[in-house]
Amino acid sequence: MTAPLLGMRDIDKRFQGVKALSSASLEVAAGEIMALVGQNGAGKSTLIKVLTGAYRRDGGSIAFGGEPIDFASPHEAQRGGISTIYQEINLVPFRSVAENIFLGREHRRYGLLDWRRMNHQAAELLRRFAVELDVRRPLMGFSTAIQQMVAIARAVSFKARLVIMDEPTSSLDEREVAVLFDVMRQLRAEGVAVIFITHRLDELYQVCDRVTVMRDGRTVMTSLMAEVDKLHLIAAMLGRDLETVRAHATGFSATSAKAGEEVLSAEGLRIGRKVRDARVEVRTGQIVGLAGLLGSGRTEVARAVFGADPPDAGTIRLTGKEVTPREPADAIALGVGYCSEDRKADGIVPDMSVRENLTLGILPRLTQMGVVDEARQRAIVDRFMARLAIKAASVEQKIRELSGGNQQKVLLARWLCTDPKLLILDEPTRGIDVGAKAEIQSLIRELADQGLGVLMISSELEEIVEGADRVFVLSDGRTVADLPHTAASAPAIMAAMAHEDPAATGTANG
Amino acid sequence: MADAPTIAGKGASFDVTAFFRRYAALTALIVLLAFDFAVTPNFASWQTLNVNLTQVATIVIVSVGMTLVIATGGIDLSVGSLMAIAGALAPLIFLSPFGRAHPGLGDALAFIIPVAAAGLLGMFNGWFITRFQVQPIVGTLVMFIAGRGIGQVLTNGNLQVFKNPTFQFIGLGRILGVPFQVIIMLALVAAAAWTFRRTLFGRQILAVGGNERAARLAGVPVNQVKRWVYAISGLCAGIAGLVVVSINSSSDANLVGLGMELDAIAAVAVGGTPFTGGQASVVGSLIGALLIQLVRYTLLANGVPDAAALVVKGLIIAGAVWSQQRGKFT
Repeated sequence: MTAPLLGMRDIDKRFQGVKALSSASLEVAAGEIMALVGQNGAGKSTLIKVLTGAYRRDGGSIAFGGEPIDFASPHEAQRGGISTIYQEINLVPFRSVAENIFLGREHRRYGLLDWRRMNHQAAELLRRFAVELDVRRPLMGFSTAIQQMVAIARAVSFKARLVIMDEPTSSLDEREVAVLFDVMRQLRAEGVAVIFITHRLDELYQVCDRVTVMRDGRTVMTSLMAEVDKLHLIAAMLGRDLETVRAHATGFSATSAKAGEEVLSAEGLRIGRKVRDARVEVRTGQIVGLAGLLGSGRTEVARAVFGADPPDAGTIRLTGKEVTPREPADAIALGVGYCSEDRKADGIVPDMSVRENLTLGILPRLTQMGVVDEARQRAIVDRFMARLAIKAASVEQKIRELSGGNQQKVLLARWLCTDPKLLILDEPTRGIDVGAKAEIQSLIRELADQGLGVLMISSELEEIVEGADRVFVLSDGRTVADLPHTAASAPAIMAAMAHEDPAATGTANG
Repeated sequence: MADAPTIAGKGASFDVTAFFRRYAALTALIVLLAFDFAVTPNFASWQTLNVNLTQVATIVIVSVGMTLVIATGGIDLSVGSLMAIAGALAPLIFLSPFGRAHPGLGDALAFIIPVAAAGLLGMFNGWFITRFQVQPIVGTLVMFIAGRGIGQVLTNGNLQVFKNPTFQFIGLGRILGVPFQVIIMLALVAAAAWTFRRTLFGRQILAVGGNERAARLAGVPVNQVKRWVYAISGLCAGIAGLVVVSINSSSDANLVGLGMELDAIAAVAVGGTPFTGGQASVVGSLIGALLIQLVRYTLLANGVPDAAALVVKGLIIAGAVWSQQRGKFT
């Protein structure tokens, strides 16, 4: 057997005395797709950053292509044949696709940029991944999936022998994920090794050859993908015994709660070009799932109901009143809360404390003559920190220092403390580790059982199938199905998503 | 970074460096004071204190409003021009036939109307920026240019000279030996610091500056908050304008508040309020203004020309920014 392409052994890394990695190891062979999984804080990102030179290691050895290496920066690693593609795409949106691919090493001719050659090569490169597009158009005009392909094409054009993908699928829909997987297989066929980091375990079985599991800064398991089932994988990540894991696949239990009075009913919603005719309905004590592929208009519907982007047409009834909220504050006053999909951009105020973030929504109600009643504020914060088991060094810790799961809990608490009647959750468990995910899911169920109406958007079918009492399926901006819990199976929802609207095809032709 | 553990400040050595980074301006101020007491002739006198405080008061008053604006992630270039408008309006009122006929009422209106006018023009800045989604630096540039023009039109470009002890109390009066403008300055600093710490408005300013989109989705009336900070910045500039013309016993719309926007911004920067918004230190702005003033005084008192003092002022700002940056990357 030949030596692996990459061998990281006994890697140690400390941050201010606290161990982030302790003798972690990772081996990847050429032409292999290696999955790297673990909960948030398990050390995946740290390990990758040590590899690419973003962090200096405190101990251990790294060999790449049979030679010991010690990259000083990600840039150096890139030149050495290791390219990383991050979840947030690090490209220049205003520049063309070709420019992005050749950024920093443009072809020149007579001292001028040789656009013809660059455009030609860029198109060639993308064609390898079955992507055909006009490489002269600015990158921002394309979907996230295409942008990801461009990032990968850029990585490959550096003659990368190892491509690291850090949660590349989190903003892609299922079709786009399939295309990405084809690209990964193509890379493998060309002898390039891939390290694939993801939170979606289902995806691993589709493309990965082997899996490395990390926990608490250690490598706890390396196995052939075919030899480990999902439950064992989860158990290895959590470090819990298998029996407790088997009990719940998600944190949801399939109790179909009794529906109470209506808290939301929206009909005939039209919003911009993305939503043409959407309908949703939520009653108290109910979790209503809003399913659909990315770009089907799910988030747009949620934002319209919440008053963030008022609709162009349609009627909205909130808690029995027919209103069209013009500002989030209007909807909040009626007892609506909205946890956005993008925690970083739309959720947290990063430099504020956990306490300030948690009470941002309720603050006006804790105020007398403009002055915040800090005793009441602290009481509320303490109550919800305990109830949601939020882990923070103190309530004064800045929220950006918390893990994704704990940030999400703080944002949930931000709304729960306002005692809402309707809570809209846009991808409530995205990018959150398995343990916190189950916790949040069972919390949502518990709240619904106590009478809260929940509208839940999710890209994870499992979450919708197991969690929702009723499912609305959006396709291309239209509500195409309204399924009760009993009928909302994964095949039924996917069939609805694939639904082709004859009217839509008609307008496209005309 | 998700995997990097974060640690709350522990260990003595860690605290000391963090302290100096956070209080770099204060440390520099203390060092400079120690130097002055040791070297600068006649430094330890009541008069020196008064001279410095009087000179710094208007900058601090304007910086208070500027700190609020910068905490929302904005900037206000119009403050100097609003000072000129307020400074032009006041003598117009108490020198008018009505003002002469009713001295008490005239003097009262000479305080209220100019300050209110500056506040309203500040409110207009905020409206313009929020209504048309203009970048604050451009939005307030409009008033920066037009405002000084308004001031000159009001007075036909004439220098107004006056002597009105009641009105001029704001710039020349003393209470228990403390110059009145110093009292105004301290009161405004205290009020603004308290606003940030204890009030809904203060928290909402920081939320808007910290993440505007998140603030809006949490129900914070973002546009209203922004309009108010520009209005308050205008009010502060109005007060500062009255102080300046009182000290001078004359009002020249060409000169009142000239370059004040940059002095105020410099004080805020040195005081450690980041320009990205979301954090604010009003006391920092006070210390920043004091530091810039004291450096200038120290250099002058030791025979260094004013031109050199400007260079040093630039270096202080660079140093302040550097210490903030260092805080970010270590």
